[in-house]
Amino acid sequence: MLSRARLAPLALWALMLGFVLIAPAFLYPVFVMQLLCFALFACAFNLLIGFTGLLSFGHAAFFGGAAYIAGHVIKMWGFPPLLGIITGALFAAALGWVVGSLAIRRQGIYFAMITLALAQIVFFFVLQMPFTGGEDGLQGIPRGYLLGFIDLNQPLAMYYFVAAVFLVGFLLIYRIIHSPFGQVLQAIRENEPRALSLGYNVDRFKLLAFVLSAGLSGLAGSTKALVFQFASLTDAHWQMSGEVILMTLLGGMGTIFGPVVGAFIVVALQHVLSGIGSWVQVVIGGTFIACVLLFRRGIVGELARLLRISSL
Amino acid sequence: MRLILAQGMLGLNNGVFYAMLSLGLAVIFGLLNVVNFAHGALYMTGAFLALILYSYLGPWLGLEWLQIGFWPSLILVPLLIAGFGMLIERFMLRWLYKFDPIYSLLLTFGVTLVLQGVFINFFNASGTPYPAMPEMLKGVVDLGFMKFPKYRLFVIVFSVAVCGVVWFIIERTRIGAQLRAGTENPELVKAFGINVPLMVMLTFGFGTGLAGLAGVLAAPIYSVSPLMGANLIIVIFAVVVIGGMGSIMGAVVTGFALGLVEGVTKVFYAPAANTMIFLLMVIVLLVRPSGLFGRQS
Repeated sequence: MLSRARLAPLALWALMLGFVLIAPAFLYPVFVMQLLCFALFACAFNLLIGFTGLLSFGHAAFFGGAAYIAGHVIKMWGFPPLLGIITGALFAAALGWVVGSLAIRRQGIYFAMITLALAQIVFFFVLQMPFTGGEDGLQGIPRGYLLGFIDLNQPLAMYYFVAAVFLVGFLLIYRIIHSPFGQVLQAIRENEPRALSLGYNVDRFKLLAFVLSAGLSGLAGSTKALVFQFASLTDAHWQMSGEVILMTLLGGMGTIFGPVVGAFIVVALQHVLSGIGSWVQVVIGGTFIACVLLFRRGIVGELARLLRISSL
Repeated sequence: MRLILAQGMLGLNNGVFYAMLSLGLAVIFGLLNVVNFAHGALYMTGAFLALILYSYLGPWLGLEWLQIGFWPSLILVPLLIAGFGMLIERFMLRWLYKFDPIYSLLLTFGVTLVLQGVFINFFNASGTPYPAMPEMLKGVVDLGFMKFPKYRLFVIVFSVAVCGVVWFIIERTRIGAQLRAGTENPELVKAFGINVPLMVMLTFGFGTGLAGLAGVLAAPIYSVSPLMGANLIIVIFAVVVIGGMGSIMGAVVTGFALGLVEGVTKVFYAPAANTMIFLLMVIVLLVRPSGLFGRQS
């Protein structure tokens, strides 16, 4: 007989896998692909805030920056799709290394503001560089052939490719969290001076977590660019950094499935409410306020507390 | 040379808003340890209130003659924004002081989204001009190297005065001393019979009132738009990081200086003007992580 503490995460795994596999049968595939990209983005972000205790307010730079780079190498340099999104992710990781090494010099709110300001530099670059299309964005990114023979213009082929990218990313994050490295990150989150006194090179761990998080955010952004065949300024704007925070907060910071749930709710909300124009922004803002005031643990976090399970 | 001086003056004019807004942020952060992300949105709301008082309030009430002009707005709007800020403090922020300061940042971010969304819905995202520039401030002054709009000169002089007064109140008066003591050790200050929660509320209101004041001053220069605070707030954060967070002097001096730097950069390489501030921030962080005027921590 499995205990509740083991059963609940297994049930969530099964639910998530089941949903990812059969979703296109009853939902519009592009919608689910968008959802999976944002879910991966939120999980990557959560690796930093939830498991290392670092609030980055500049993750749009990695998400959007990678979208532009992937779009550019695929469209102009003729990279195959898989190599294209990997290039985008590697670019984001490299950018993450630069931003991270500057930002980890300061803590807490200072850290957040520095990442925000550096992300804004990236935004201005994206706005002004010749290859990005400025206000119009980078359009007409071809989806191409995966491994040379799977036609990604077929909606289902594209869908399962995106689903695979999401699952690989999610598993990687899951492995990172449950590795000794992930344990050190959580020790840093809980008590940084103690981790330092135990002899861990805290700054190096933080930087590595930042680079991983940035790279995986880049993977999500590149994949989104391939899905929509389009990279736009909104992907790199600071409000995108805010949105990913909301997704993570709403689902539950520091939980494994929370960001997926949060991304699902926010993306679904935007779709359902798209008819009411900018009132969506008011609803999103209101959700933010309600989350911060009423349930800081997030949906999955509160669920875990109700079921008295330490990790979901 | 003329071009550099001219761009410098225009830069100084932007610097006014950097200084006023980062001053409000510094007051709030230095005394309450709250990063008010909504500061830009409150500045935008201030500009809109001035516009509403002049152009919309009368028609809404059916009193076509009612137009509240620039001068009354300059007093009325900061008070309204301060009141609004105090409501936010009293009913939202107050519950978060015992948690990580990151939560108050996120809360005020939510407030920003709500305010922006509301104004976009009523006034759409493009700007509306504010038609109530006072008669006596129309026209230009000849500065020798350029003809400078009277209104902009007024804004510079007025703001320098406001910044000076705020600095004086906080650093040199009894009230300022109580404020600073209240943030260092609330229990002790309470024991002196001072109502600390009230003081905190008033301080937050004062800081946001400064944002409202900047909004009114900005309305006749820039067109009033729901996104006018959105991009400015990031620049303000950079200014505050460069100046040293919570330092009143740092906020003001850095604000004016960076406006100047930005203006002059436009002469040499215009596309870099936007990024210049952020590049400076990176350099300052590398050399002096606590900011130019910050205390080493």
